[in-house]
Amino acid sequence: MRWWDLQRNSNHTTIVTIEKVIDETPTVRTLVFSDDVMPNVLPGQFAMVWIPGINELPMSVMISKESGKAAFTVRKHGLASSGLFNIPSGGKIGIRGPYGNAFDIKSGKLLLVGGGTGLVPMMRLLTFVKPTDDVTVLIGAKSKNEVFFESLANDLLKNNVHNVIVSTDDGSYGENGFVTDVVEKLVSESNFDAVYTCGPEKMMYKTVQSAHSRGIFVQASLERMMKCGVGICGSCCVGEDLACKDGTIFDGNHLSKNKEFGYSHRNKAGISENY
Amino acid sequence: MEPSLATSIAGIQLDRPAMLASGILGISLDVFNRLYRSGAGAVVSKSLSNEPWEGYPNPTIFSVNGGGWINAVGLSNPGAPNFAKMIESNQDVPIIVSLVGSVPDDFKMMIEEFKNCNVTAFELNLSCPHVAKVGLEVGDDPELVKKIVTTVKNSTNVPAIAKVGLGTTNYLNTVKTAIDSGIDAITAINTVRAMAIDVETQRPILSNKFGGLSGTPIKPIALRCVYEISSKYDIPIIGCGGISTWEDAIEFFLAGASAIQIGSAIGDNWINVFNDINKGILQYMKQKNYSTVNEMVGLAKKF
Repeated sequence: MRWWDLQRNSNHTTIVTIEKVIDETPTVRTLVFSDDVMPNVLPGQFAMVWIPGINELPMSVMISKESGKAAFTVRKHGLASSGLFNIPSGGKIGIRGPYGNAFDIKSGKLLLVGGGTGLVPMMRLLTFVKPTDDVTVLIGAKSKNEVFFESLANDLLKNNVHNVIVSTDDGSYGENGFVTDVVEKLVSESNFDAVYTCGPEKMMYKTVQSAHSRGIFVQASLERMMKCGVGICGSCCVGEDLACKDGTIFDGNHLSKNKEFGYSHRNKAGISENY
Repeated sequence: MEPSLATSIAGIQLDRPAMLASGILGISLDVFNRLYRSGAGAVVSKSLSNEPWEGYPNPTIFSVNGGGWINAVGLSNPGAPNFAKMIESNQDVPIIVSLVGSVPDDFKMMIEEFKNCNVTAFELNLSCPHVAKVGLEVGDDPELVKKIVTTVKNSTNVPAIAKVGLGTTNYLNTVKTAIDSGIDAITAINTVRAMAIDVETQRPILSNKFGGLSGTPIKPIALRCVYEISSKYDIPIIGCGGISTWEDAIEFFLAGASAIQIGSAIGDNWINVFNDINKGILQYMKQKNYSTVNEMVGLAKKF
């Protein structure tokens, strides 16, 4: 036996087989696979996912109801994400990681704000809450047919005092309006001990502002163009931080000093573009 | 006397001998500042081209079992004009601007973009092993190397460094051509052309199929090249290739390098690697009673 068989090199690509595909919405799927490492990652950690012949993507690691299994939840968007979306049951993908830091798990009255597939790390975070925590989950979507993970969130919180709120931009389901307006209302009405968010950057920016300006502990998981995932290529820089290595999770104190958060990101060539 | 980490390369004064190697973390001035605060003596930018390049699709990097990385990022960069604009405000960080091109005019045009910037040196990438018509394909052509170096030297008074690698011609010929054409220093070596195949799916992993091997596996090769160059030519050398510890750094000094560059080790040890290496070098200097880095350079050649 070679020495590297004894311990998995987390940077080395491991091939896994997709065992089940769950349609969450017409454009969002969850792909379930068995693995030794990924079921046990911390909330917010990600893997680099190789879609053979197509691309490699950073993906937050989704939970699975079955032990020994993990998943990726992907929205088909560009070439790479559509490639992953179209992997059938029995198909193979490569994974490396886990990478990145994790949400700092507080207790008490918690607010989790997720938009789209930004809900993935929120669902994993829910598996880490204590039974004594009072948890509010806020799900933001453009319209009714893009809402997912509502019943999963309720199910994961069945032993907690909890509230799962859905907000749609067009009012076709749940609260009518932008999720950030609901965040502002919630944090102004109750005293939260911590706020966690993942989703579109503008949503996270406003959520961080709402919480941080009131002195509430808040963390956001940032998404940037990522190539290597290990702090070598520099593609995912946000100001002086590297999303892959220093993050992807940053707290409100840190983010309020970062001049790029909420304003700009870099494209594949490394050129800054405004949101 | 307390030992000093300061070193000098072709008239470039550096407070610390370990620089950030090209291609690594090199697109944001904020990150450059952070690296400098973290112990880097200088930072080398990603190789810049005239136009912005997106690079290759992912996967662009592969971790080799047993150590090292193979990358084919594909020289993604914002282009010289955008990069020059970004570093115009730079005051503190010694920035070495890496340039990549196919013909002498590419380099001349890019150097012109930096006329309002505080640039410590230009490093000419004559050795990237995974992009067509630039890098190694240029370095393997002595006539082209001569024309490019001559053009660069006629375009600027800022020191020019040639980064060489292992291509299809003897790299020592490239070094000699560059020296004869007036180059001020040599960086040796670039990554070594390599590939990886996944046995389960039976396909090459990198989207470009071929990439460049870096990290600890190439350190002994890079060390040999530095030793060969310094034995043969009187030219300042920057050692690069798999350096990850202070012992590695000392080895390169003893082989003839006056400064070193760190790349892949950042992926393994993150940016603390600079301070760790600096501390180790100082400790060694105290123990061996050296006051300057220069006293160690090339000592292994006397045997």
